Amino acid sequence: MTRHALYGWGRTTPSFATVLNPASEEDVVAALTQNREVIARGLGRSYGDPAQVSGGVVLSNRALGGVGEISSDGVVTLGAGVSIDELLAVSIPAGWFVPVTPGTRQVTLAGAVAADVHGKNHHLDGSFGVHVRQLRLVTPTGTFDVSPERDPELFWATVGGMGLTGVITSVTLQMIRIETDQVLVDTERFSNLESVMGAMLDKDHEYRYSVAWVDCMTKGAHMGRAILTRGRHALASDLDAVTLAAPRSPKLFVPIDAPSGLLNAASVRIFNEVWFRSAPKHQENEPQSLSTFFHPLDGVRDWNRLYGRRGFVQYQFCVDDAHANTVVEAITRLSSSGVPSFLAVLKRFGAANPGPLSFPVPGWTLALDLPVGPRALPRVLDDLDEMVLEAGGRIYFAKDARLGPDKVRAMYPRLDEFLAVKHRVDPEDRLTSDLARRLDLVGS
Amino acid sequence: MENAFGQPQNVVVLGGSSDIARSITKKLCAARTHTVVLAGRNQDLLDAAASEAQEYGATKTDTVLFNAEDPGNAARAVTESFDKVGAHVDLVIIAVGLLGEQTEIEDNADEVARMITVNFTWPAAALAEIRHRLIAQGGGRILVISSVAAIRIRRSMYLYGGAKAGLDRMCIGLADSLEGTGVTMQILRPGVVRSKMTAGSSQKEIPFTTGVNEVAENVMKGLSSDELVIWSPPILRYVFAVLRHLPAKLWKFIADR
Repeated sequence: MTRHALYGWGRTTPSFATVLNPASEEDVVAALTQNREVIARGLGRSYGDPAQVSGGVVLSNRALGGVGEISSDGVVTLGAGVSIDELLAVSIPAGWFVPVTPGTRQVTLAGAVAADVHGKNHHLDGSFGVHVRQLRLVTPTGTFDVSPERDPELFWATVGGMGLTGVITSVTLQMIRIETDQVLVDTERFSNLESVMGAMLDKDHEYRYSVAWVDCMTKGAHMGRAILTRGRHALASDLDAVTLAAPRSPKLFVPIDAPSGLLNAASVRIFNEVWFRSAPKHQENEPQSLSTFFHPLDGVRDWNRLYGRRGFVQYQFCVDDAHANTVVEAITRLSSSGVPSFLAVLKRFGAANPGPLSFPVPGWTLALDLPVGPRALPRVLDDLDEMVLEAGGRIYFAKDARLGPDKVRAMYPRLDEFLAVKHRVDPEDRLTSDLARRLDLVGS
Repeated sequence: MENAFGQPQNVVVLGGSSDIARSITKKLCAARTHTVVLAGRNQDLLDAAASEAQEYGATKTDTVLFNAEDPGNAARAVTESFDKVGAHVDLVIIAVGLLGEQTEIEDNADEVARMITVNFTWPAAALAEIRHRLIAQGGGRILVISSVAAIRIRRSMYLYGGAKAGLDRMCIGLADSLEGTGVTMQILRPGVVRSKMTAGSSQKEIPFTTGVNEVAENVMKGLSSDELVIWSPPILRYVFAVLRHLPAKLWKFIADR
């Protein structure tokens, strides 16, 4: 069988595997029976290596489609390979929105569950898994319908379990009502990190959605200057004209790989400067479309090619409120290292869910985009690992491509609990991935 | 698995007790490498290299014995090394080589054959086994230690230079053949390196001679790039771009000095 090179959105660490396209549950069962090293893959939006398995078999979930009827209370059952984009195309005109969305619509429902994605509303609404009513999961020892009530251990191990408990074939999701396709957005500019963090602590609870973009390349008094955008769904009464239009596909795209090194300390500094100055100092109740507000990453297709052949890494960690200072220290370490880093995303996390490998814990999360190339970068990120670990925090598997196995157990102290559930349904460790091997998640 | 920065976790080193190999292993372990299998012909030296790797951060080390004078054992040595890693092998380093004193062996057919075997035939045989194992596992890297002596051959070291030239050229073709398999290959071409291999040699210290530490530094830089050839020191790329095209008379004059 021919093999394909697979890599994550960061375009680092390609590995070769046989790719199958199961179109039915029977196909998935057969693939799991016939092969020893298997992992499911959606749209490949994880940044690192969780949706690939070198030398093994990768099951693309894209043929597992089907959008069910949305019930009057907003519950819908979807094929695992349906993307949020495809769901919204149907649901927005009917007045329903996804309860949680990451910065891109181009993720599959199963991927959103496996990475337990979060969005701008985590501080109030939690992560994706909280809104899932039921999953259908094919494992090497059988096919199960699991939910928070029915085999909650397997359900919650699958939420955030990075595909290692089985192959999800369908997802039943609770949607939320919207009256319009607009969000009313308040934007504020802050000249340093302390002031933006203060504002978020102060008022985030008044907004359903909140996120800050932080400039990690400015040193001194303006270190961590930021733009805070917060919003709520516009009601019909808020607007003169009410529309419920599906998001449009992007017209812009990156046709070729940019030269590695295009995004260097100088060019990134200029970008950050322009971006910061172009934001309004203070603006209230500006109507923005759902896609402008929620999916800025979808504005330009294949934008990851801008990072060139060497690709880029994301570094996202979270710490509790008692360790808010770790955010400050991390940005200080980064800005003093001279390593180029695009606008970082800073956000407040609300309550955690019961998933043993689910990433969010209440407090702060910071996500950084870093082009691969600078010699100092691996070391700087190793230093950040130590800081995060010391603060009792953790980093996000869906973003990671470079952590070592030695720190995983301390970051995810419930790993053994997860493994016990995994081994109940997958005693031979058939489900594995390059991520699982790199971080010793599965054990050998 | 290797991470996004090209830092390997599981490494096999054939010729693992050589000074250059030890220096590279130390730096790899200080970064991310935790499993190292060292193969070579002297158990004591391998054990010393293994405990050194642990000092630098390796959590699992093992050793494999082989004699590079017998290419018949190459497949066995590679297989045993992979088995002892027991997981995805991210990087295989071939640091097998023998310098010798040419004037003492050039009239002896057996000695000449031995020289070519250790420097070329054994590594080539090992590469056959490494190649198919890495392709089967869907990816991995190979680093072969060649030499600048392979680029333009000096009359005082034509045996060593010739054997390395064979290996070097073969590896360039092998690297091309690996395209589309996920396996990548890099060739290290160091200049003269102060090490136990060169210590007994009558060759005098020539310009651009470095220590093993500098070689290892350049290897670390090279591994995070996608350059086919890693030169150490890097300036030798340009020096040899000139030297390889010098008229023979001039070359011999320079090479003899």
